[in-house]
Amino acid sequence: MITLDQVGKQFTSRRGTHHALSDVSLTIEEGSFVCLLGPSGCGKSTLLNLIAGLDQADTGRVMLDGKVIDGPGPERSVMFQDSALFPWLTARKNVDFGLELAGITDKHERAARTETFLKKVHLWRFRDAYVHELSGGMRQRVALARALAPDPRVLLMDEPFAALDAQTRDVLHVELTEIWRATKKTVVFVTHNVREAVRLGDRVVLMATRPGRVKLDETISLARPRVTESEVAYYVGRIMKELRTEVEKVMREEIDDAWQPAPGVVSGGTTPGVGGGI
Amino acid sequence: MGLLLAWEAASRLGLWRAWVFPSPAAIGRSFWAGVVDGTIPRGILTSMRRLVVGYCISLVGGVSLGLLLARSRSLRESIGTVVTGLQALPSICWLPLALLWFGLSETAILFVVVAGSLLAITVATEAGVSNVPPLYVRAARTMGARGMTLYLRVILPAALPAILSGMRLGWTFAWRSLMAGELLFVSGGLGQLLATGRELGDMARVMAVMVAIVTLGLVTEVLIFQRLDARVREVWGTDRS
Repeated sequence: MITLDQVGKQFTSRRGTHHALSDVSLTIEEGSFVCLLGPSGCGKSTLLNLIAGLDQADTGRVMLDGKVIDGPGPERSVMFQDSALFPWLTARKNVDFGLELAGITDKHERAARTETFLKKVHLWRFRDAYVHELSGGMRQRVALARALAPDPRVLLMDEPFAALDAQTRDVLHVELTEIWRATKKTVVFVTHNVREAVRLGDRVVLMATRPGRVKLDETISLARPRVTESEVAYYVGRIMKELRTEVEKVMREEIDDAWQPAPGVVSGGTTPGVGGGI
Repeated sequence: MGLLLAWEAASRLGLWRAWVFPSPAAIGRSFWAGVVDGTIPRGILTSMRRLVVGYCISLVGGVSLGLLLARSRSLRESIGTVVTGLQALPSICWLPLALLWFGLSETAILFVVVAGSLLAITVATEAGVSNVPPLYVRAARTMGARGMTLYLRVILPAALPAILSGMRLGWTFAWRSLMAGELLFVSGGLGQLLATGRELGDMARVMAVMVAIVTLGLVTEVLIFQRLDARVREVWGTDRS
C-alpha cells in the first residue's frame, strides 16, 4: 500500500516559486491500477517521482507499507515516456542489466527471467536487436519487460505510451491490462489522456493545477477488457467536465490573460487527449 | 599510382635537383636500405613503445580526469580553465621543463607525449559525460545503480562515442608530440632518424622515414580507430540518421 500524507513539493526557479504539489493525501491499495490524470503542470509526474524516490517531498510523507520512501528501490520499477533503454545494449542485455542492478547475481536465473519476460511482451525474436533497430512501440515493450523482470511490487509509469501512435497504444493497453491481471502488481499510471485513464484504471485521480492537488477521485467499475467505446465514453465525459476548467486555467496562464476558449475547443467527446488538438 | 609515375618522370627529367626533392625510386631504395640495416625497424619499435606507453597513461589519466571534472563543479571551476588553457599549448613547449625535471631520459619524452594527448582526452570525456541524457541516469537509479556502478556501467558507456573521438584526437596529438620531441633531442626512434637524415643532407632518407610514419598512422587508423568507430556506429545506429 502506498500512502501519501499531506505531501507538498515546490520548485524554485528564476521565475519564482512553483507549487508543484500542495497538501496531497492519497492512498493506493495493493494490487490496484491507479491513473493520475491532469493537464500539464498539475504535478502528476512530480508525484510519481516522489513515489519512485527520485525526488524528496518538502512537506508531508510518502510511504510504502508505512515506511517512508527515501530513495529508489528495486520493489518499485519505473517506466518513462522515452523508453530510457540503453542504446549500447541489446534488448536482451537491457533486461539482463536491470536484473543485475536489482541484485540478482545468478547468471542463469537472469537469463531465464529475461527470456520469460521478453516472450511475455512478444519480442523474443528481437532479443539481439539494438535499441535503434526497434520501433517506438517495441522499445516500450522492452522497457516494460525490463521493469517487470525484477518482480517489483509497484510499477510506476510516467506517460509510457504518450509518444506512440493510437493503434500501437491500443494494443499495448490490452497487453498491459492482461499482464496486470496476471501479476497483480500495484500500478500507478500517469497520463494526460482521459480515454487512456478510463480504459486502464480501477481508479482515476484527477489533479488540478496551481497548486497541484487532487480534484476528483473516480472509481471506474467497468468490466475488462474495456473495448466498448460507449461505456468508456460515459466516464470520459464525466471526468472531462471537471478537467475542462483546469485546462482552461492552464491555457489562460500559458497564452494570455484575455484568452477565452472558443465553444467546443476543449471538449471531451471528440478530443481524447487533453490539449491534444490545441 | 599515376602521381608516383609523374613524380618519378619529373625527377629523371631533372626539373629540380635530386638532393632537394628525391625521386620515389630513391626513397624506395633508401627505405629498403633502412629496413635491411635495421635502423627503420629499430626506430619504429622505439617510437611505438614510447607512443603506446605514453598514450595508455594519457588514456587512463584523461578519462579519469574528465570524469572527475564532469562530476565536481568546484573542480571544474578551479582547474577547468587551466585545462582549457593548457590544451592550447603545443606540448613540445613542455620539453625544456621536462628536460630540467627528468634529464635526457625516457621519462622526459614520455612526459611530452602525455602532455600532448592527455588533455584532449580529458576535454572530450568531460564533454561526453556532461552530455549524457539525464534520463539514462534517472532510469539507472530507479533500477538500483549507485556510485561506481552508475559511472562505470551507465555514464561511461553512454559517453563512449564522445570519448572515442577524444581518443582519436589524443592519438594523433601523441604522435606529433613524440616526433617533435625525438627530433629535438636525440635518443633513438623515428624522430632521430629524421634528424640524422637532415644532418647528412640525405633527403631520400628523411622521406623514407616520413613514409614509415605515414604508414604507421594509416595502419593504426584503419586497424584500430576505424574499427572501433564502425562498431560504435553499428550499435548506436548513428549511420542511419
